[in-house]
Amino acid sequence: MITKQDFNRLTDYIWELPTTFHAQMTVPVWVFADEDLLEDALGDLSLQQAVNVAQLPGLVGHVAIMPDVHQGYGMPIGGVMVSRLPDGIISPGAVGYDINCGVRVLASTIDYASAQPWLADLASALYRYCPSGVGKGGPLALTPPVMDQVCLEGSGWALEQGYATEEDLARTEEFGCLAGADPQSASSRAKTRGHDQLGTLGAGNHFLEVDVVEQVFDREAAATMGLHQGCLAVQIHCGSRGFGHQICTDYVQQFQLAVLQYGIHLPDRELVCAPLNSPPGEAYLGAMKAAANFAFANRQLLAYQARRSFAEVFGSTSDRSSLRQVYDIAHNMAKLETHIIDGQPQEVCVHRKGATRAFGPGFEGLPTEYRPLGQPVLVPGSMGTESWILLGTAANEPLTYGSTCHGAGRVMSRHQAKRTIRGHQLRQDLEQEGVRVRAGSMAGLAEEAPQAYKDVSRVVETVSRAGIAHRVARLRPVAVIKG
Amino acid sequence: MTDLFSSVALPGGFEEVEHTADWAYHIWAPDYVHLFLQAARGLYALLGAEWSPEPGTTRRVKLQGVDYESLLIAWLNELLFYRYGENLGFNQIDITHLAPTCLEATLGGSPITQWSKDIKAATYHNLAITPTDDGVEATIVLDV
Repeated sequence: MITKQDFNRLTDYIWELPTTFHAQMTVPVWVFADEDLLEDALGDLSLQQAVNVAQLPGLVGHVAIMPDVHQGYGMPIGGVMVSRLPDGIISPGAVGYDINCGVRVLASTIDYASAQPWLADLASALYRYCPSGVGKGGPLALTPPVMDQVCLEGSGWALEQGYATEEDLARTEEFGCLAGADPQSASSRAKTRGHDQLGTLGAGNHFLEVDVVEQVFDREAAATMGLHQGCLAVQIHCGSRGFGHQICTDYVQQFQLAVLQYGIHLPDRELVCAPLNSPPGEAYLGAMKAAANFAFANRQLLAYQARRSFAEVFGSTSDRSSLRQVYDIAHNMAKLETHIIDGQPQEVCVHRKGATRAFGPGFEGLPTEYRPLGQPVLVPGSMGTESWILLGTAANEPLTYGSTCHGAGRVMSRHQAKRTIRGHQLRQDLEQEGVRVRAGSMAGLAEEAPQAYKDVSRVVETVSRAGIAHRVARLRPVAVIKG
Repeated sequence: MTDLFSSVALPGGFEEVEHTADWAYHIWAPDYVHLFLQAARGLYALLGAEWSPEPGTTRRVKLQGVDYESLLIAWLNELLFYRYGENLGFNQIDITHLAPTCLEATLGGSPITQWSKDIKAATYHNLAITPTDDGVEATIVLDV
């Protein structure tokens, strides 16, 4: 049982659980939270899961826990874990089943006030063109060679096929393609599950949303990003669909043997892992990158369909330039990066599960116009509540290894949400508040009710005050598409 | 073949339990074979599967693991693969061999007309099959 008294308070927003807390911890845990959010985190098993993570071999620095943390399986959602290269570990469970689950934001110059009469039509068009829901396939059925090409090229494949612009790729994390993807390391089962799912949202907490840019906090950055106060924007939240889920399933199973082979002690078998420089470790990394590229292409196709919907509703003058990409960012991924560890630059593998990369100004992996600003961070709120656009900071490097929060974070179980909230009533309430809702399942809608989540603004205030992200703009939803 | 949803009660049971972000369910049974059957029954119930009246389909599966826990997860993920890969659900199951490192079963079922829930995978999170006075039990966390 972990209590507040077990922590050393490093600053108003950083709480350290030292390695003395548990004999098997190899690194400390740092929680980024105000007192209330820390109390929330102590309300479920998320910090116990962080302590489990801190017991894995080959870790360096500290395990960083974001203020939107909540209980997951294995690693908590909202966690950052850093392992050394070349012999540190890589863990499929610490990336998650939805490899490269992430968020894309597109911005328009369409004024909300003038667009209001057409928002219901827009919501219907988006629901029609962006397949969502349980087991829904998409508009494409990929042949095995094309599937491999998507795995290797990610958004680059979408560009070749006419689904993307050069600017879209420039404004995507890793330019929409992780080098070193190995489609052969992904099973035929994974490819079977994924082959007809490119360009689909799926179900669960994934969504597509039309927002209005309600408030701008950093005018210069917002202008560079194409965010105009009072204008419409689009958010897309989804990942690698069944392809990524099956890859994680396959490797979590295979690694059960690998941990015996490499003599790795596990506090929780979902944290199964293998050395990065081992054959199973290398195979997972190649397969994970293939799934990540599939996810980049998936969000790209959904962006294409969102543009198609806008063009249909707002007319031919609403061409692609009216929905410009702000950024696309992953929040379930392992990345090989260089960070300052114990005062020295070190090659490491950073696992971010329910956490985003948030590099500060000067990072070369950003398009030229964003380089002086830092990496854009897209933080969706719960359905019906605000979302945020942030920027990474230089100050976060020693604190979170260039990472920050990814969303609101759940506080209520899905079971409890279904028991206490009626989907039809929720939909009616949201419509009365001016949020058009198109959803395939009322039960699924209830599970994702705003009451089931933390207040995203408190999460954002914490990361802002802790210095690990900088506020640019706040978005308010006006239409939600869910499976 | 055991009918998972027969009016004759299958020994043991399952119930959904609270989990903040995902889904979890508790299963119990007098022995390992029935525990695996209850795990399948619970999975299909949570998926909200509705079977079509089409003629039955049979599949044979052979799974390997390092212990009963790994077989249990492999078993559930095998059923999930058939759900996503072939849209098949199995309500008739005969587990012909079950040892700590190997499971063999014959599955009978049909295409599913409706699934009400997406489950990405069965996870190993805090998984342990533990003995009870009446048999064995476990709690499984599903990623949704």
